[in-house]
Amino acid sequence: MTHNRNYSVDVGALARVEGEGALHVVVRDGSVSEVALNIYEPPRFFEAFLVGRRYDEIPDIAARICGICPVAYQMSSCAAAEDAFGVAVSRQIQDLRRLLYCGEWLQSHALHVYFLHAPDFFGLEDAVALAERDHSAVERGLSLKKTGNKIMETVGGRAVHPVNVRVGGFYKAPAQAAVRALAEPLHRALDASLETVRWVSGFDFPDIENDYTFVSLRDPGRYPMEVGRVVSSSGLDCTPAEFAEIAVEEHVARSTALHSRLFGREPYLTGPLSRYALNSEALTPLAKEAAAAAGLGRECRNPFKSIVVRAVELVFACEEALRLVETYEAPVPPAINMPVPTAARALSDGEQAGTSDGLVGAGATEAPRGLLFHVYEIDAEGLVRKARIVPPTAQNQLPIEADLRRVAETGLDLSHDELTRRAEQAVRNHDPCISCAAHFLDVTVETVP
Amino acid sequence: MTAPAAPPSGPGRPSVAVWKFASCDGCQLSLLDLEDELLALVAAVDIRYFLEMTRAVVEGPYDISLVEGSITTAHDAERIQAVRESSRFLVTIGACATAGGIQGLRNYADVGDYVASVYANPGYIETLSTSTPISAHVPVDFELRGCPVNRYQLLEVLTAYLAGRAPRVPGFPVCQECKAAANVCVLVAAGTPCLGPVTRAGCGALCPSVGRGCFGCFGPAATVNTAALASRLTDDGARPAELVRIFRSFTANAPEFARESRSHDS
Repeated sequence: MTHNRNYSVDVGALARVEGEGALHVVVRDGSVSEVALNIYEPPRFFEAFLVGRRYDEIPDIAARICGICPVAYQMSSCAAAEDAFGVAVSRQIQDLRRLLYCGEWLQSHALHVYFLHAPDFFGLEDAVALAERDHSAVERGLSLKKTGNKIMETVGGRAVHPVNVRVGGFYKAPAQAAVRALAEPLHRALDASLETVRWVSGFDFPDIENDYTFVSLRDPGRYPMEVGRVVSSSGLDCTPAEFAEIAVEEHVARSTALHSRLFGREPYLTGPLSRYALNSEALTPLAKEAAAAAGLGRECRNPFKSIVVRAVELVFACEEALRLVETYEAPVPPAINMPVPTAARALSDGEQAGTSDGLVGAGATEAPRGLLFHVYEIDAEGLVRKARIVPPTAQNQLPIEADLRRVAETGLDLSHDELTRRAEQAVRNHDPCISCAAHFLDVTVETVP
Repeated sequence: MTAPAAPPSGPGRPSVAVWKFASCDGCQLSLLDLEDELLALVAAVDIRYFLEMTRAVVEGPYDISLVEGSITTAHDAERIQAVRESSRFLVTIGACATAGGIQGLRNYADVGDYVASVYANPGYIETLSTSTPISAHVPVDFELRGCPVNRYQLLEVLTAYLAGRAPRVPGFPVCQECKAAANVCVLVAAGTPCLGPVTRAGCGALCPSVGRGCFGCFGPAATVNTAALASRLTDDGARPAELVRIFRSFTANAPEFARESRSHDS
């Protein structure tokens, strides 16, 4: 096939990703001349919708950015609003948030590992075909996913767009018996997640290592999830608010999602590979053992092996959720009230009514697919004046394009069909959520005459 | 809503396509969230187009199309016509497809301002000034509500189709489910604004069950009196701006809610 030195790879509607996007690779004179990830999901304007809404409506509205990872949007928006008000939540509330987040990581990673990513390694179209070959594997994925959803329903009230999360904590603390009852399915899920690591670590991986700048949260002593400072493999160590200044976004024609660079220059990667590279020593004991047994070193730079890292994070999420379930005490009160400033107070601070800058807060948490940060400015009545939301997939667009370039460069001897499949896989490696980033992904491989 | 016009064609399994327009993917995810039923379901129907699940694409026509999302671009307005032409029975799933969804907030604003506030280069962005439900563009055979849909209601719609009967999906308000759940009324007992009296049941009264007011994500019930509720909320101290926000959220463009929110918008 690739006797032809000029061709292009185009996937017009990429499957098994969340949202709508396309991929375009052009090879001229035997070398890769052009690579583009097009995000053509309709623009969704969430930042504009939030302006004028009250702070306590933010978590529910922001959740609607993504049906796959609504908890991430709720957690980052709560963190940002609480930062604006200068309020810290109790340890019990933070633990309950972490448990809810474990549920989302479980359901989202199980969906990605078994339904979106694994079929690629068997050359299959989907998990239904995979089930015909290996029914027990797909059953295992479904049961893991179900346990994640069960946690989200118990703590959050609903699996897609939970209703129990509010700025300051929760509307109602779940009953102790209901939370403790999660231990039984979680023990089974822990076994299933360990089996998942064994299963995926036996897949065949293309031999590609990429030079990423990794960015993730760091929460001393714990694998990062709902709180932490932002660190990078290039030495960055800052607060979410500082990171929001450093991560500069750029709007390009091929995407309804904005591209991010550190200091406006350096592309960077967020997500499981980054979390693992920067925090692997903080994994829970069985997750650490599973990673070692799977042959992962201190870091992993092969994007195709992200499925192994995701599986290790499944083990972590089960172990961490079990610890939180076994030590759960209902937080009293279930939420901390926000000191919504009054216009009168703003005046007593020596400011003029209507001209105060409002309260600004930033929050960052680890969505299953990477760092998600929000910045809000809230006025004296508690209404949102400005909102900025930067999802992981927007930040990952540039490294995804760099990966595509490597895949194309190293795959010049593959057939057109094989190269197309590998290019699609290269995008799926990063579990892009295009609905989050704007909303759709589409990949094409075509031969230039 | 009506029952399927005719039972599935031929002896084979009915073919199914799942489509996405402007949306969050949450309603189609609800299909994959049927963990206990999914493998039986994909054996009972023939999934021919479902990009979130499979890269295999089989051309239409399809017996059943499940449509997620609202129409917000000129391209999508054309695409839904093609979907309708290739579908015998078209079901909208969720608040976006059925009422324009959260995207419908743009219908009350200037989208040019939105583009300018989110994107540095507005010239790159193509979008319509409105978010409209699928029914504003093509005939729809059944509308399933919710933000997101209740996955068991989704299963009921598919099961009913397979059995050749009408889906059993209630049109009564959330209050009825709330009473059945033995909740204390958050509106009466705590003065918490709640859209339960005017919102369609189906979620299981989730929000009042955790002590907060319903925010109407299933849209208006079959028969509603929004003005009476607004008057009650006003007596409890809600100002017009709050009433606008309460009625203008996840189903802002459902006609009953749109009318009520406009009546308080000065």
